[in-house]
Amino acid sequence: MIRLFEDFFGVVKKRFNSGIEDDYKPPMFKCPRCQSLSPLSKYEELHRVCPLCNYHGRLSAAERIAVTVDKGSFKEFDADMKSGNPIDFPDYTEKQEKLRESTDINDAVVTGTAMIKGSEVVIGIMDSRYMMGSMGSVVGEKIARAFEYATENGLPVVMFTASGGARMQEGIVSLMQMAKTSGAVKLHSDNGGLYIAVMTDPTTGGVTASFASLGDIIIAEPKVIIGFAGRRVIENTIKQRLPEDFQLAEFMHEKGFVDMIVERRKMRSVLSHLLKLHGYDKKEV
Amino acid sequence: MEEKRSAWERLQLVHTKGRPTVRDYIPLVFSDFYEMHGDRLYGDDKAILGGIGRLDGRPVTIIGQVKGRDLNENKACNFAMPHPEGYRKALRLARQAEKFHRPIVCFIDTPGAFCGVAAEERGMGEAIAKNIAEFMTLRTPIISIVLGEGGSGGALALGVCDELAMLENAQYSVLSPRGFATILWKDASREQEASEIMRITAEDMVSLGVAEAIIEEPLGGAHNDLDKISENIKEYLSLKIPEKCQKDIDELLKERYTKFRKIGEFIE
Repeated sequence: MIRLFEDFFGVVKKRFNSGIEDDYKPPMFKCPRCQSLSPLSKYEELHRVCPLCNYHGRLSAAERIAVTVDKGSFKEFDADMKSGNPIDFPDYTEKQEKLRESTDINDAVVTGTAMIKGSEVVIGIMDSRYMMGSMGSVVGEKIARAFEYATENGLPVVMFTASGGARMQEGIVSLMQMAKTSGAVKLHSDNGGLYIAVMTDPTTGGVTASFASLGDIIIAEPKVIIGFAGRRVIENTIKQRLPEDFQLAEFMHEKGFVDMIVERRKMRSVLSHLLKLHGYDKKEV
Repeated sequence: MEEKRSAWERLQLVHTKGRPTVRDYIPLVFSDFYEMHGDRLYGDDKAILGGIGRLDGRPVTIIGQVKGRDLNENKACNFAMPHPEGYRKALRLARQAEKFHRPIVCFIDTPGAFCGVAAEERGMGEAIAKNIAEFMTLRTPIISIVLGEGGSGGALALGVCDELAMLENAQYSVLSPRGFATILWKDASREQEASEIMRITAEDMVSLGVAEAIIEEPLGGAHNDLDKISENIKEYLSLKIPEKCQKDIDELLKERYTKFRKIGEFIE
């Protein structure tokens, strides 16, 4: 019976689609969570959310700014900062030059000030297109400066995290960025500042084990990966396959490490409410 | 001092059976040691020990990652790979040290925090992050010493300090050379090449501003003369602990923050 229905719908679908030119195939999006295909145009229209499973896909820093802050309000910090090569890692400098050409960013995080529905914030957005959002000297420095600026000016911080972890090519120097960023978060916190971390796809490794996990409030987008150790590393350690939902935002929410899961279309308004609940709408602009 | 070994040779040396562990050093460096247990939240992680003892008569808090000296001990301490509760125990004892104005001595010796299901479920990322942030502002002096392996965030969780010392053959790295080769080159067999390129030796740490001191090991390595290496560790601590204790605490905290704040290389 079920089979019959499938056939029936299949036929109906075919008839429906027959009006379109035969050789036209719309570009499709394959969801990394549910593996299903949907038209790319639909996925883009939803600001990169899978229409079938609600997986929230990756946005570039510029796209994230566009959907999050008040139009025209973003003022960038340290836009020209570029990485050195602290351990003289072969090809690191060249690799970055290429990346800077192919993207619109100079490293894996963009920071600055902006308004969210009238509340002034210091904002940081990690961009996974740049070496998987890994944290090296530039990411560490820009994030530390952003928190220090917020501390000095009594501003809240909203940080969108997306990272594969430490930047291997900077060796131990990348590990130390965990201390640098966490220290700056701590001073901001001790000064009474609000910090909202928004974990986006993926938030892992050294970023999870530093500033991402230190938010007063931790928000995650649906179905994104959040964890410390990589899935494959754990599978190799325990010699067994992990369940599908392991390290998804919902899993971390269930375990108590994420306060709330917020859909992209509601993010701006949730952030605005939370900022206002902490009195950040009274700020003179 | 002997001729300098390569990073790879030192890596072999710190994995030599019989290399002393924190449990070997404690009775020779401190007196009146009392071990404390548990994080008061979940359990007692045997991969991290903590307690109170005396250094030259002065009460100090001692926290360290525990390597086993044989397979049974290693099973018990999970090969020095802590779970979140280990880091939370460390933080509990560190806060206790702050309350009673005791300086803290941390011994780092871990391949890394444990990578497993339970560790993730109990929030490994949060536990490490919390330690790093809290240690940055603990109002008591902290000295850390890397005994053998300082692997990744699992090491840094005991590594935010006023001064870091490396035993001569110890290493400190963002990831084990094996893991590094696997991630960057998809080839674990290039471990040796990774170890030479990553800059993981005691001298590297000093030149990169990560460590301030190197504690000399006896000829052939620490395992050759436990008394001598313990004496060297004690001599270092006996010099540094009073020095840090004399400092104004706000000044010390500023210097601690600056120590980490200035590490990194970028162009503006």
